[in-house]
Amino acid sequence: MTGSVTLAVVAGVLIAAGVYLLTERSLTRILVGVLVMSNGVNILFLVAAGPAGAPPILDMFPIDKMIDPLPLAMVLTAIVITMAVSAFVVTVAYRSFQLNGHDEVSDDVEDRRIRELAERDDVSDSYEDIGFSDTGEDRVSE
Amino acid sequence: MNNLLPVPVLLPMLGAALALMLGRRPRAQRLVSILVLAGVVGVAGTLALQANAFGPQTLWVGAWPQGFGIVLVADRLSALMLTVAALVTLAVLLYSAGQEDDEVKRETPVSIFHPTFLLMCAGVSDAFLAGDLFNLFVGFEILLFASYVLLTMGGTGSRIRAGSIYVVVNLVSSSLFLIALANVYAAVGTVNLAQIAQRVPDLPEGTQALLQFMLLIVFAIKAAVFPLSAWLPDSYPTAPAPVTAVFAGLLTKVGVYAILRTQTLIFPHRPLTELLLVVAAATMIVGILGAIAQSEIKRMLSFTLVSHIGYMIMGIGLATQAGLAGAIFYTAHHITIQATLFLVVGLIQRVGGSNSLDRLSGLLITSPLLAVLFIVPGMNLAGIPPLSGFIGKLGLLSAGVQVGTPLAWFLVATSVVTSLLTLYCIAKVWNRAFWGTPVAYSKAVADEDEEEPLGRSEGPMPPIMVAATCGLIGLSLLLTVFAGPLYQYATEAAGSLLDGAYVQAVLGEATP
Repeated sequence: MTGSVTLAVVAGVLIAAGVYLLTERSLTRILVGVLVMSNGVNILFLVAAGPAGAPPILDMFPIDKMIDPLPLAMVLTAIVITMAVSAFVVTVAYRSFQLNGHDEVSDDVEDRRIRELAERDDVSDSYEDIGFSDTGEDRVSE
Repeated sequence: MNNLLPVPVLLPMLGAALALMLGRRPRAQRLVSILVLAGVVGVAGTLALQANAFGPQTLWVGAWPQGFGIVLVADRLSALMLTVAALVTLAVLLYSAGQEDDEVKRETPVSIFHPTFLLMCAGVSDAFLAGDLFNLFVGFEILLFASYVLLTMGGTGSRIRAGSIYVVVNLVSSSLFLIALANVYAAVGTVNLAQIAQRVPDLPEGTQALLQFMLLIVFAIKAAVFPLSAWLPDSYPTAPAPVTAVFAGLLTKVGVYAILRTQTLIFPHRPLTELLLVVAAATMIVGILGAIAQSEIKRMLSFTLVSHIGYMIMGIGLATQAGLAGAIFYTAHHITIQATLFLVVGLIQRVGGSNSLDRLSGLLITSPLLAVLFIVPGMNLAGIPPLSGFIGKLGLLSAGVQVGTPLAWFLVATSVVTSLLTLYCIAKVWNRAFWGTPVAYSKAVADEDEEEPLGRSEGPMPPIMVAATCGLIGLSLLLTVFAGPLYQYATEAAGSLLDGAYVQAVLGEATP
């Protein structure tokens, strides 16, 4: 099987751009990232399909001239799924905007809790501040 | 040829359509979904018996010549998973039927719970039965879409926050899955699992490794294996109890199943033993340490869920028949037990008005029945003999000892420590929520807590919810009583994973 270098490079660029956008906070940008990335992935399937050829219709074109139809069918399914995903993400972003006035993905509860504890400089009740001296003699802070 | 195979996928889909039409008649809707899932249980049980007696059952959908079409396969492993999954979803549905009168309806004006739930069941069945990678992808997408809707149902602030993280993580893993699929197709020219299995050994070493790692990472995200598990404890606890129960029971296990299937079928000649064992140990320890630090029961259980995924990965990593059998048995056990515990937490929240350990006290006096309902699955999760959790862990431990490498021994030690720490978590809940003097539930205090999910209702436990929970506990006890034959079944399932019966069954029929 021979693949097209141009298509592979285009797919790489699109996926890289998509991943960069996915690291953003705003859901709208994440959505754009998903769309760009899914186009990149679809192009990867075209690479897998091999060089372009005649439409895959039996008894109309010689079989060895046809393009492989299976990756194209998979791309079609993937496009439909991406469309549904975009619709859902748009809905979530809109609802988030209604509720919070922005559409940013917030930190998870655990991270927030740990950060609050760190800011308050909280320690547990059983914590003892023990320093070790170089002389081998332990000193306990009062 | 077995025409029963598409039924577990088609029946819930048709049921979902019917349930959507009956949206204004809750009773009829409930009846439809319960009947549909009962039907799926029957079909799945039949498939399991057939797969056990006659070997893997296959169906080429549309009867295309020479294996061009889509193939559905039910071998012992997928039929067992299908049966357990159907039983658990049925119980969860009954539970939610008892709950929805006051709770779900207030949050969702149009009754979309049942259609979405049924669609999720269809997706889970499709993922278990799929005989090619692309169909597996489609099955995953169906169940993920339904889960997005279930997770953000009602659109409250905390659910949208949790849902957006969940959606983004799953989008990334789905895109990775598609990239892996494109690479597989480019490398071997097919997406049929059995054909891939035949052609992969001829590929260059580097290509094989690339495909194996990509597929592993994709499914590890879905299964919440340690470095890729951070999304889970954050997104699951905000959903309503039945939703969390079915997510915790099933969705991660579909990921585990996919790892089990792809690693044993496509790459049996190069098991990733070291990598998987290290990852399994990390998953167990990090998960359970996270659980210890939590003060909300739902969050704590989400962390134990991550932790116990490690046991299944350990079984897959050992890659011997005993190890795989342990993993299969443990997966079946864990689906039931984790779902049960989340249902019980739903009841705790109802009786005590909260799922935070700081607020609960003296539930043993308020509701002794609830205490029994909690302690039995709790002990089972921790692996107290003679319950099924103990049998599964024992199987994995002895498999680890048989392998006997230093790493395997380390895993044996880690899993013992993890189950002790699980016991500590359960005991902590028992001490703080069930012992002590009962506190009156105060609405004012609950309102101060912003993380508390909305739409909660307190009051006595409806009998249907209790009955459904009891049913699941009964199922987990049955796993204990019939552990002998079940373990035998799991061992045979593991045997047929290793002896290539799958490839023979799929391709033997395609090329007569």
